[in-house]
Amino acid sequence: MAKLKLALYWAASCGGCEIAQLMIGDKILKLIEAADIVFWPVAIDAKYDDVEAMPAKSIDVCLFNGAIRNSEQEHMAKMLREKSKILIAYGACACRGGIPGLGNLHDRQSIFNTVYRDTVSTEKNGNIFPQTLFRVSEGDLTLPVFYDTVSTLNQVVDVEYYIPGCPPEEKTTWLALEALLEGKLPPKGTVISHNVKAVCDECSRKRDIKKIKKIYRNFEIIPDAETCLLELGLLCTGVATRGGCGALCPQVNMPCTGCYGPVEGVIDQGAHFLSAIASVIDSKDEEEIRTIINDVLDPVGTCYRYSLPDSLVRRASLK
Amino acid sequence: MSFEPKIIAFLCNWCSYAGADLAGVSRSKCSPNVMSIRLMCSGGLEPAFVLKAFKEGADGVLVCGCNLGDCHYVDGNYKTLMRMTLLKKLVKQLGIEEERVRLQWVCASCAEDFVQAVNTITNDVKALGPYTQIKIEAEAETSRI
Ligand code: SF4
Ligand code: SF4
Ligand code: FES
Repeated sequence: MAKLKLALYWAASCGGCEIAQLMIGDKILKLIEAADIVFWPVAIDAKYDDVEAMPAKSIDVCLFNGAIRNSEQEHMAKMLREKSKILIAYGACACRGGIPGLGNLHDRQSIFNTVYRDTVSTEKNGNIFPQTLFRVSEGDLTLPVFYDTVSTLNQVVDVEYYIPGCPPEEKTTWLALEALLEGKLPPKGTVISHNVKAVCDECSRKRDIKKIKKIYRNFEIIPDAETCLLELGLLCTGVATRGGCGALCPQVNMPCTGCYGPVEGVIDQGAHFLSAIASVIDSKDEEEIRTIINDVLDPVGTCYRYSLPDSLVRRASLK
Repeated sequence: MSFEPKIIAFLCNWCSYAGADLAGVSRSKCSPNVMSIRLMCSGGLEPAFVLKAFKEGADGVLVCGCNLGDCHYVDGNYKTLMRMTLLKKLVKQLGIEEERVRLQWVCASCAEDFVQAVNTITNDVKALGPYTQIKIEAEAETSRI
């Protein structure tokens, strides 16, 4: 059998997905036996031009991590879509926008101001700022155009499969790769993970009746090893998050932050979690309810930590 | 032409819908900008419904339930109160002005409360102008140099 042609790419991401791909460890040898990696900026020397020169659909599978927030990423997403038979959104950023997706609370100008102008530690350097185009005698120098809005991969191009996680767990990555190598592909649109139910379903902490009088931030209390974190007043998104990771975070006293995305069938992970928070509050007093809820300091960051661009409203209104 | 906002109202079947109905039967004058959707109980209102209304082009959302203590499913409207309190905080962060989302208890004989809520939200939203969603798809093209 001819070897599979595999490409891997990164867009608006942190590099963690590359580490996660290497986390499959010696299974990578199995992968290399069955597949040739034709493009992988982090590890091999193929250039954009080489990809451009490939015939359409000549790459069998492309694992694409990172969200889309500038013109270069959009260009590469479209190019890799054209060249690949199967395009996979790998990791929370490509699937749902991820942490960079929280940029949708801001816009191009305010992000620029913060990064290049307003922070105290930024040297002003005579107000020299990066330009998307700069002409010198040797030719034109260009930089990608930064967008107001971060998009998920499937908002820009058609996507076959999704591998969730920030970053995806080794076993999740391997589940997908194994299916590819064995040619046992799930239906288009599948989010590949070991569990379609919630993280709570895999969590060993004990749930009783969730009734809380106060919401705590993580540093404010030290949870015991057994009680459900949400019942202790910590905003654990396990109820609104797809399982498959093995409930790693709550096992080590960290509330789940939602990186595996919404559970099957839910379109808006944040609204789902918001609803869950509201149902665990124990009060029949309007004033007290307000006081308890006021302790949710950052509702968007809490409910949509990894999924703002994928949400119903998608971004904060532009002024 | 003056701006006529689109407002979606979610009404619970037992009190609020009856109250709204009474307002109609009594021929109370009420601004015509509200389109109502009946739920069995306001506690059945998923926060996602409110966000979806905005996504689909609503300029404001009114949620009505029975008075606290009178919910026909005992404490459905306490759930509504909690959800809406948190949802209001969330939409504000998303740049949707608080006045665009309104929670009002309307009992079965409280036609006046309903009329007042409708008029208030309509006027508030008129003053704010339309809720404009950005055309994200167009951005990529226009921001190209
Ligand atoms: S809410 Fe969090 S701690 Fe509680 S059962 Fe679910 S995942 Fe575990
Ligand atoms: S527990 Fe939640 S945040 Fe942690 S790895 Fe699993 S899905 Fe991600
Ligand atoms: S039935 Fe009216 S709020 Fe529950």
